[in-house]
Amino acid sequence: MGRYIIRRLIQAAIMIFIVASLVAVFIQFIPGDPAYVILGEERATEERVEAIRDDLGLNRPIYVQYADWFGGVLTGDLGNSLISGRPIATDLRLRIPRTFELGGAAVLISVIVGIPLGVIAARYRNSAPDVLATSFAILGLSVPVFVVGPLLVLLLSVRTDILPASGYVPFQEDPVEHLKRLALPAFTLGILSSATIIRMTRSSVLEVLGEDYVRSARSRGLGERSVLFTHALRNALIPVITIIGLQMGTLLGSSVLVEYIFNWPGVSTYLIDGINRRDYPIVQAVILVIAVTFILLNLLTDLIYAWIDPRIKYD
Amino acid sequence: MTSGEQTQSQVVSEGQPGAGENQPSDAVLQLSRAVRNRTPTWRILLQNPRVTIPGVVIILLLLMALFAPWLAPKDPLRINAQIRLEGPSSEAWLGTDENGRDLLSRIIVGSRTSMTVALLSVTVATVLGVAFGLVGGYFGGFWEFATMRSVDVLLVFPPILLAISVVAFLGPSTRNLILVIGLLYMTRFARIAFGSVVQVKSREYVEAARVIGAGNTRILGLYILPNILAPIFVQVSLSLGFAILLESGLSFLGLGTPPPNPSWGNMIGAARGYLQQNAWFVFWPSLIISIAILSFNTLGDGLRDSLDPRLRQ
Repeated sequence: MGRYIIRRLIQAAIMIFIVASLVAVFIQFIPGDPAYVILGEERATEERVEAIRDDLGLNRPIYVQYADWFGGVLTGDLGNSLISGRPIATDLRLRIPRTFELGGAAVLISVIVGIPLGVIAARYRNSAPDVLATSFAILGLSVPVFVVGPLLVLLLSVRTDILPASGYVPFQEDPVEHLKRLALPAFTLGILSSATIIRMTRSSVLEVLGEDYVRSARSRGLGERSVLFTHALRNALIPVITIIGLQMGTLLGSSVLVEYIFNWPGVSTYLIDGINRRDYPIVQAVILVIAVTFILLNLLTDLIYAWIDPRIKYD
Repeated sequence: MTSGEQTQSQVVSEGQPGAGENQPSDAVLQLSRAVRNRTPTWRILLQNPRVTIPGVVIILLLLMALFAPWLAPKDPLRINAQIRLEGPSSEAWLGTDENGRDLLSRIIVGSRTSMTVALLSVTVATVLGVAFGLVGGYFGGFWEFATMRSVDVLLVFPPILLAISVVAFLGPSTRNLILVIGLLYMTRFARIAFGSVVQVKSREYVEAARVIGAGNTRILGLYILPNILAPIFVQVSLSLGFAILLESGLSFLGLGTPPPNPSWGNMIGAARGYLQQNAWFVFWPSLIISIAILSFNTLGDGLRDSLDPRLRQ
């Protein structure tokens, strides 16, 4: 176990190194001169191009650029925005918690919806509740967030005015309004991952219900409810926890779209703004931050899994 | 007593390599035997409504994409300020968008983008991934390291993020989109092919082929590849769904198909600004994207049920 953890940690460190290296040289892949691309044809005067090149360090040899960027990353300096001139790390410190808040709320919703529906589907297998729950799951997996999002806005805010359509209000200013604005994006993301949780819970509970110890619990005359909740569920939820961990990664990807739809000022809207304004240092920084988060989430999932399920192979 | 136990355990351990019922390779063998001796594969597939129903829908969608210019009742690009954001009428069956363009025609023509990107990118993914998996799994050692670790690197990024990054730096174009989606989903095929090859390559019929002097290419192509096709077909269907999702997601963000050319994703992106004025505008492209992805996902699940005997209940 100890060796497994160490190996997994080293792997993650190597991955982060590779990702950081790739991101460092991303800017070299821009077709043409990055300074011209950033400024656009009409604004690209000689001095401006030189200034941008200086800002980005493009005048220096590539290995110096690379070492510089890497040194910055290690000390928490992700460079400055080309447009506002503000340090990117400062902006991110404000935005990362908002993205995590949205993701956390979505996971909470998906667990609250997903696990009960999955258990019900397994308990009443092949009857109406099962068909309903599994259909909901397939729909949840097939209908994209950028379809669910606008439709929810249409139903709950344009037509009925129950919830605000988009935007953000800090919690300290107005807690109720804050949660109201969180509701639609969190729900949009939550539906997506609840689908996977329903499917996983269902198949896992079904598998456990066929095990010997469940049969013997039944034969001892225990009621169906007691068998389900005290014997089956506890074991059935092990793989579900892993799936929830893996879902965090998927959520991180989908949150790019959801933040954009609901104008949630997290990491992803920062990325999209950066792309649209050709503010490449921002793009680099955000890609690095999301990829590293993704790697760490996967690491965490693997470790939790190894800890919960002693049968896991360490090689 | 002791000797009896010993014999028993010996028998068990000897029997194990061939008898493990959970081994997919055995499942594949069982399937191929079942297919050869009893029911043809196509009949097994046609008996499953989870294959046939989405299959028919997908064929219709492909036909729509293929014949789009002839099917579209109007010019999808023609602007008409007189009929902006109207609901369905006898003139425009599904209504019009913010520039008075015909929604039905735009959806029909937009299907071309989605289907082209999906088909080509999944072709790239399948060819690259299967090649990586076959080579890595069959030769092992250095080749396993080279192929499977590069797959691991690609898996480090959430797919949509990698796609966004590539498009952000290389610029949005259909070619870039196809390459990046192909590269992203190549990982799934590589892992599936790798896993299957490792299990199949030590089987007797592969050994036998080697003994009678078959070369590596022949063994890979004739003895191994046909036996790992079932899980690959399943993955092709699921990946097509994901490719449509990714393409329309990028177009939705304004990073895919550039306007004025229609794609399902950029239609939803545009419609978002006019929810109040014309709800049909967002409804139709949403409906068609959902139907397309749902069909590919259901087909993938159906294929898996039909082709994998372990899952038949």
